[in-house]
Amino acid sequence: MSTPASEQPLSTGSLLPSTERRQKLRKRRALRDGLSLYGVGAGGIGVIIALGLIFVYLFYETFPMLKPVSVEMETEFSVPRGADQTPTLHLTLDRFEEIGARFAESGVITVFSARTGAVRERLQIPIPEGERITSFGRGENRRSLFVYGFSDGSILPVRVEYPQTFVAGVRQVTAALSFPLGDEAISLGAGDVDEYSALAVIEGRGGFIVAAGTEDGAMAMALFTTRTNLMTGATQVTRSDYRLPSLGRPVRQILVNESLRNVFAIDERGHLFSYDIVDPANPRLLEEVELVDPGVRVTAAEFLVGSRSLIVGGSDGSVRQWILVRDEQTITPTLTMIRSFRPQPGAVTFIDPEYIRKGFLVGDDTGTVGLHYATSSVTLAMKPVSDTPIARLAIGPNNGRALVKGEGSDVMRVLAISNPHPQTSLSGLWGRVWYEGRSQPEFIWQSSSADDAFEAKFSIVPLSVGTLKAALFAMLLATPLALMGAIYTAYFMAPRIRRIVKPSIELMEALPTVILGFLAGIWLAPYVENNLPILVTGAVLFPLLILVAGFSWSRLPGAVRNLVPDGWEAALLIPVVLFTGWIVVTSSPWIEVLFFDGSMRQWLTEVGIPYDQRNALIVGMAMGFAVIPTIFSIAEDAVFNVPKHLTTGSLALGATPWQTVMGVVLLTASPGMFSAVMIGFGRAVGETMIVLMASGNSPVLNFNLFEGMRTLAANIAVELPETDVGSTHFRVLFLSALVLLVFTFILNTLAEIVRQRLRKRYASL
Amino acid sequence: MKAWWKSGAPWIWLNGGAVTISMIMVFGLILLILVRGFGAFWPHAVFQTTYVQPGTDPVPILGELRRSQVFTAEAMRDAGLPIPQEQALVTRHLIKMGNRDVTGRDFGFFVADFLDEWVYPEEAAVLERREWGDFYGTPVRLLERGNPVVTDKALWPEFKVRLKRSNQLYDEIRSIERGAIGRINFAIERVRLDRRRAVLRDTLTPEVEAELAQRRARLDADYAVLEARLNELYADAGRDSIVMQVADGSEVTIRLADIVKAWQPNTMSVFSKLGFYLGDIKDFIFGYPREANTEGGIFPAIFGTVVMVLVMSIIVTPFGILAAIYLREYAKQGPLLKTVRISVYNLAGVPSIVFGVFGLGFFVYFVGSSIDQVFYPEALPAPTFGTPGLFWASLTLALLTLPVVIVSTEEGLARIPSTIREGSLALGATKGETLWKVVVPLATPAMMTGLILAIARAAGEVAPLMLVGVVKLAPTLPIDGNFPFIHLERKIMHLGFHIYDVGFQSPHAEAAEQLVYATALVLVVLIVALNLSAITIRNHLREKYRAESD
Repeated sequence: MSTPASEQPLSTGSLLPSTERRQKLRKRRALRDGLSLYGVGAGGIGVIIALGLIFVYLFYETFPMLKPVSVEMETEFSVPRGADQTPTLHLTLDRFEEIGARFAESGVITVFSARTGAVRERLQIPIPEGERITSFGRGENRRSLFVYGFSDGSILPVRVEYPQTFVAGVRQVTAALSFPLGDEAISLGAGDVDEYSALAVIEGRGGFIVAAGTEDGAMAMALFTTRTNLMTGATQVTRSDYRLPSLGRPVRQILVNESLRNVFAIDERGHLFSYDIVDPANPRLLEEVELVDPGVRVTAAEFLVGSRSLIVGGSDGSVRQWILVRDEQTITPTLTMIRSFRPQPGAVTFIDPEYIRKGFLVGDDTGTVGLHYATSSVTLAMKPVSDTPIARLAIGPNNGRALVKGEGSDVMRVLAISNPHPQTSLSGLWGRVWYEGRSQPEFIWQSSSADDAFEAKFSIVPLSVGTLKAALFAMLLATPLALMGAIYTAYFMAPRIRRIVKPSIELMEALPTVILGFLAGIWLAPYVENNLPILVTGAVLFPLLILVAGFSWSRLPGAVRNLVPDGWEAALLIPVVLFTGWIVVTSSPWIEVLFFDGSMRQWLTEVGIPYDQRNALIVGMAMGFAVIPTIFSIAEDAVFNVPKHLTTGSLALGATPWQTVMGVVLLTASPGMFSAVMIGFGRAVGETMIVLMASGNSPVLNFNLFEGMRTLAANIAVELPETDVGSTHFRVLFLSALVLLVFTFILNTLAEIVRQRLRKRYASL
Repeated sequence: MKAWWKSGAPWIWLNGGAVTISMIMVFGLILLILVRGFGAFWPHAVFQTTYVQPGTDPVPILGELRRSQVFTAEAMRDAGLPIPQEQALVTRHLIKMGNRDVTGRDFGFFVADFLDEWVYPEEAAVLERREWGDFYGTPVRLLERGNPVVTDKALWPEFKVRLKRSNQLYDEIRSIERGAIGRINFAIERVRLDRRRAVLRDTLTPEVEAELAQRRARLDADYAVLEARLNELYADAGRDSIVMQVADGSEVTIRLADIVKAWQPNTMSVFSKLGFYLGDIKDFIFGYPREANTEGGIFPAIFGTVVMVLVMSIIVTPFGILAAIYLREYAKQGPLLKTVRISVYNLAGVPSIVFGVFGLGFFVYFVGSSIDQVFYPEALPAPTFGTPGLFWASLTLALLTLPVVIVSTEEGLARIPSTIREGSLALGATKGETLWKVVVPLATPAMMTGLILAIARAAGEVAPLMLVGVVKLAPTLPIDGNFPFIHLERKIMHLGFHIYDVGFQSPHAEAAEQLVYATALVLVVLIVALNLSAITIRNHLREKYRAESD
């Protein structure tokens, strides 16, 4: 742009620098210009990308929940047996899923590498002299507890654990055999029996139970109570034997739950007999339940972790979940089928539950392995694995690998499983789910508990409803006050007061919500609880007395009225409002005495309305207070910017000021007011501190004005710092953050578009 | 009446009423915080009385009135109090009696009708203690190493003198513990990390090993000296104690070392009360918290808030301004830019907790752990930046307030008359020169406004900070005398979180309440001041441009 002053060499008298220097300068300036362009461009685009990253990252963190489950064949090798040709009783994996163990009928436990099948070590169960193993039973997977039954009717509970040691910083996992009840075989109740058809062991609170059933229906049970001496640390085991009433038919399976209160025996027809053994000397038959359809046999049944629900597989391939339901009328729980899963293509042969979650693997006689998850009632995978019926399955403690052995096959197959978030199906997050221990399907949010066999309840419904409830009550208070205030301030108010009022209310927007929440929780909540009548009297008296004041003012002689110019009504009302407030507050106890027998709080309870001190009303008041300035400010702008010629035209045609407001101003400004309400709603939805401090934070599902709630935002604030990174809970919280982000973003964008259109219209008017 | 109704005037009055109610709510709220916040430090009169509830033993009371409430007699009767049937309303007092360690109950509700006459004994004294809250009683005698020194009228003046000495000793102990010993601990940790780093890099030669051992030995020797001095001071501080008589007549001995402050409110004049009051406010603002934050001062919280906001400003200002300049001056205006602009503006309306979630997931867990692995492997598995801290809190808030700065700066840039820009270009300046030498300087006040609004928003924000770096009690301040002086990885305390934590998580809710009001007051004052200055700057700016564009 800058043209050189002269192309000729400069005369010595010129003040201009030499051509060379000018060129240099020009270059430098061009360089700087470019630098500015690219520097600012890079910075600006960088910032925009950083802001966009919020969306990307939240998606990225929630995305793994949507990833499909994969079950792949990893490797296969011949069954690691060495010289031992006896059949396989059971298979397990260690917690790193590197080594497996095969329990053989000879009493040998062969430990092998789960990658290659190479035998690592062999452990031998002590078998009584001259006897052999005739039966086998197992406890919950997470306890690694098993029981062997010998041909003399004695039994031996064993535990197989995988201790790890570090040799030169490298992890070494070995297998170790231990005997929680001593390494001597224990004869169980009936001495004349030599072979059990069903055997079970369970470790519960304060002891163990070993239960056994025979082909002719006899059932015996031994209860081992353990007591640890606090001084010496020695464990003392007391044993008591009990006999259960005979079933009269072959016992196919026997199950005892972890609470040590119920024994379930299943016969060959698929009928389950449920016994109450709270008093083990007098077992009570509670009920007889048909677990499967007529003509179908129960071919496998296993507890899920925690032993609160029973998964039953039938010869028709059906897979069903039963739980003990304690409904409100009957005290004794009844076994209820709560869901059935996608059936297997063939008769179920084996069920292996996961160690810490409510999932399980099912094998059938077509060689298909199914992976199911109870809470979300989904079948995650169904894969043909073996060409012979599945004999044994073992899922790893971290759900990453599984061992599969086919019937009569000499091949051990290893499956690689990727299934990190089985619980977060659409219906699991948003639908009613029948959880363990509940009497019906419900929406519940309960993400953690001290119990490690706890079924996490991730229903977003109570949180979403809580969020809407809080926002709704806040908007009920804020919308009328803010919109009416905006109309008055923009259209009627004298400019002098407007200059004070508008910044004051806008200043309120900057007030930290933590302060509002604190006042609501500490001061307002107890105050309102003790003075409930103010809610009623306030709602009636404020508008009433304002109208009375307005009417009286109009009756005053003109001389008095002329003293105060138009647009000062709000200032005139200050004493009226203060006076009304005083009446409302002081009359409260008297109203309680006169109409509510001295306590309105008590009266509410008697009428049947539950009342929490920190409730939706308090949140609504505090949050309403917080969103008033947001709505007010935008709505006031919209009303104030209505072109003056429209209103003056209306007034000139004879309309009263109020008619002008209703007919012209509101009509023109309504999109702006609508967008103000939307932005206010967006703010109420995402507000965290007020809800956290004033709502009580219980995730209940109702719209009761006097009960609390928990919102999505407050839930994140409470729970996110304590979750495991990458867990399902963590991702569900990220999902709720994403829901909040998308929801408020859409709301704000809509509001912004409405506002921009309005601006254009004003410009064209 | 009918005509009045038809004219629509009632609606105008109702709309006016809405404004009045809103305004009264705003000012009422601020008034409430002012009264409660400032009232927290006033030395209230101490009275003595007896509570005689029919059917129970009389309870002697020495304490101060906290507040009174009116209840219906019926509700009180339901609560099991023997209120006569003919009575309709009951006044109930909340009385602070202190002595949490003696009676186990430092606050009590008492029905006014059952209280005896109130007397204000002159010698009644209040002791603010380092533990167990305040103590109410009358001084009986002063002990030195267990032997009585003074018992008569000279007791209180002598006590004050000795209390001053004890407080000086305490200050010295604290300065050694916080200062010198803190430095030594920091240096010892450095030695450990240096050693670990050498091991990791395989450079731990015997010379290095010897050098580290020498450093360690020097530090241990320094520590031993300080420890000896501390023991001496502790022994010295435990010299005096005072015997106080509590309301029920029994005597309690309190070491002077455990007392922060002592006063006899009933003998104080209004002016001495005022002096005491100002001193109390000073102690509150510059003191350290005690007793799970329910007593003492809030200095670390103020300091943490300020440092965090400063770090945030340093991050948000350049980036916000660059983005705004790019959007307004360089980017090609079109539908895409319009979308981007609306999106950026809308981020201001996104709930702050969402930014907190992003900060925790992305900054702390992702970026932070990567930094740890690359730069601080010697400290692992203890995380350095892979855990919430000052820097992540500031960065999260910077992201949160970026839209505020961008919007404000863009407005400022848009306001600059195009004549100025065109004039500069016509004189031969390049676009960059016009921008940086003409436009940006003119828009500086707008940028300032944006920055101040951002600071005001950041100072009041709590929800995201709970996830990314604010804690209940930080052992060290983020800035101290140890290299590198600003410790960006440290966790900080924050005024807003302090309010939440003390108000809702504290075991002594009643005792903490006043302190929370005072903290809220500090925060409100801070934010109102920031906002008012932003408004002033903006108005000033408008005037200036009006003058220039005319």
